[in-house]
Amino acid sequence: MSATLQDSVHLVGRRLRPLLRQPVYLAFTLSTPVIWLFLFGQLFRGITVLPGFPSGSYLSFLVPGIVIMTAMLSSGWAGTNYVADMDRGILDRLLVTPTRRVAIVAGDLGTQAITTVVQSLIILGLGLLAGARFPGGVGPAVALLVAAVLVGWSFAALSIAVALLVRRQESIIAIFNFLGLPLSFLSSTLMPAQLMPAWIQAISRFNPISWGVTVGRQLLAPAVAWGTVGSHLLYLLALAAALIALCSAAFGSYQRSA
Amino acid sequence: MSASLASPAAIEALGLEKSYRNLKALRGVSFTVRQGSVFSLLGPNGAGKSTTVKVLATLARPDAGTARVAGRDVLRDPAEVRRAIGYVSQKTAVDLDATAVENLALQGQLHGLRANVLRQRIEGLLDRFGLAQDARRICRTYSGGMLRRLDVAMGLMHRPQVLFLDEPTTGLDPESRQEMWREIGRLGSDEGLTVLLTTHYLEEADALAERVAIVDQGQVVVEGTPDELKSTLLGDTIRVDLKAAVGADRVEQALGERAAELRDLRLDGASLRARAENGERALPGVLAALDAAGLTVSAASVARPSLDDVYLHYTGRTFASAEGDAR
Repeated sequence: MSATLQDSVHLVGRRLRPLLRQPVYLAFTLSTPVIWLFLFGQLFRGITVLPGFPSGSYLSFLVPGIVIMTAMLSSGWAGTNYVADMDRGILDRLLVTPTRRVAIVAGDLGTQAITTVVQSLIILGLGLLAGARFPGGVGPAVALLVAAVLVGWSFAALSIAVALLVRRQESIIAIFNFLGLPLSFLSSTLMPAQLMPAWIQAISRFNPISWGVTVGRQLLAPAVAWGTVGSHLLYLLALAAALIALCSAAFGSYQRSA
Repeated sequence: MSASLASPAAIEALGLEKSYRNLKALRGVSFTVRQGSVFSLLGPNGAGKSTTVKVLATLARPDAGTARVAGRDVLRDPAEVRRAIGYVSQKTAVDLDATAVENLALQGQLHGLRANVLRQRIEGLLDRFGLAQDARRICRTYSGGMLRRLDVAMGLMHRPQVLFLDEPTTGLDPESRQEMWREIGRLGSDEGLTVLLTTHYLEEADALAERVAIVDQGQVVVEGTPDELKSTLLGDTIRVDLKAAVGADRVEQALGERAAELRDLRLDGASLRARAENGERALPGVLAALDAAGLTVSAASVARPSLDDVYLHYTGRTFASAEGDAR
């Protein structure tokens, strides 16, 4: 077990090193969410006057949504690293070492967790600087980070599974371009559930992005509903576990077809 | 020879079969590699060399057959096999966003080397493969030859008992190839390391391997030392280059009854190739006969049969045409 853990740490190091060497990449991955945050934050600021809108500041309302959305969008790229590793023969080289393949997946999920937390903290910080206020305090902020990591793991695992099965960059990019926007718009990222048309509301209830956003919105509540936080974190945990299982099954299929 | 038979086998493959969808890649591959030797699988692209290596390196499961590497069964005990082997694939599997030191370190760490051993080993390999100067540069800036050397060094990081080198010199310029040959030659005499080298360069197998197995269409067609293989073909190869291309009938006419002394007579444009029991004695007569018929000779040679001749003999195809088929 400890060898597996050590191996994962070394593999996290391998993935993070290029980011640390060129932090500008991290900035690139943040450029889209930052534009969303400030563009939509400005564009829809008047929306708060709608009856039933849960917050006085649209920016405060938007920040947790952007955190979750960013976790999804940036983790969707995880599979492209795998395709690159497969093309270069690096994955085969890893598989020929005594490392267990669970350590290989864990290395990527660990990397994903670290980048997600860093990105989330940056978005929260920028939100605060721009005037967003979170009466819920530190508790729901931590819950939001956990939710963001779980969302990140789910989509990273899905992306890696697609990479292992399809082995083409184009397919991963197409799938996640196709998924990203609908999942964001059919969720409570931009609009509270009670103000959505009924059909979107119905879809949104089963959308993991909404689950994460629901956890994060507790930042706005003066009294945190921990029951809601707990149940939605559990949904996300179950989803992440299922997709990680799919990912390891995809690994098996990759090796069988080798 | 008796000493080599006494030493244990580092690799034993027995009846390996593997299909990919409708392609039968291996049709019963069997061979044995003596510990501490360099053994070459020689064949054109698509012959099944890489698939064989993948099975032996635990990357692919055979549909049938068994294999033992370093005394362990690859199917029943893959984890132990992985500890004992180094694998350098056809692709240069170097992380381009990392430095040579980082690439080597990760390889050692995943094999469980402790920090002080790791450091020594990295330094040793960087020196040996001439990479010490560039050790802390990102590998994206390396030349093809440097990447290939780093690749081999990574395969040696944990001092494996068996090293798989899958086409180590494909795509290298002649100078880098020479360098790699020297390095592989040195590997063979290294601490009992066994090397399985696949190649589609006849001269590479000839120069480096103690034994060669010729692989064609998923089967080992013949196996032996390069000399054994060549001596299965009696006699010498005569080559005569004519000034200009001519028809086969004119050559036959010119040679007349001398043609009876020659076997496997082949004419390829202006290049005449034949086999004779004693090449040195047959050649002057052949040259005189050609000259008498007015065919001007520009060059002539007598050679012991090459592995190319062996390949032709056993597969009925020249090596070059088999390469063409595979594409």
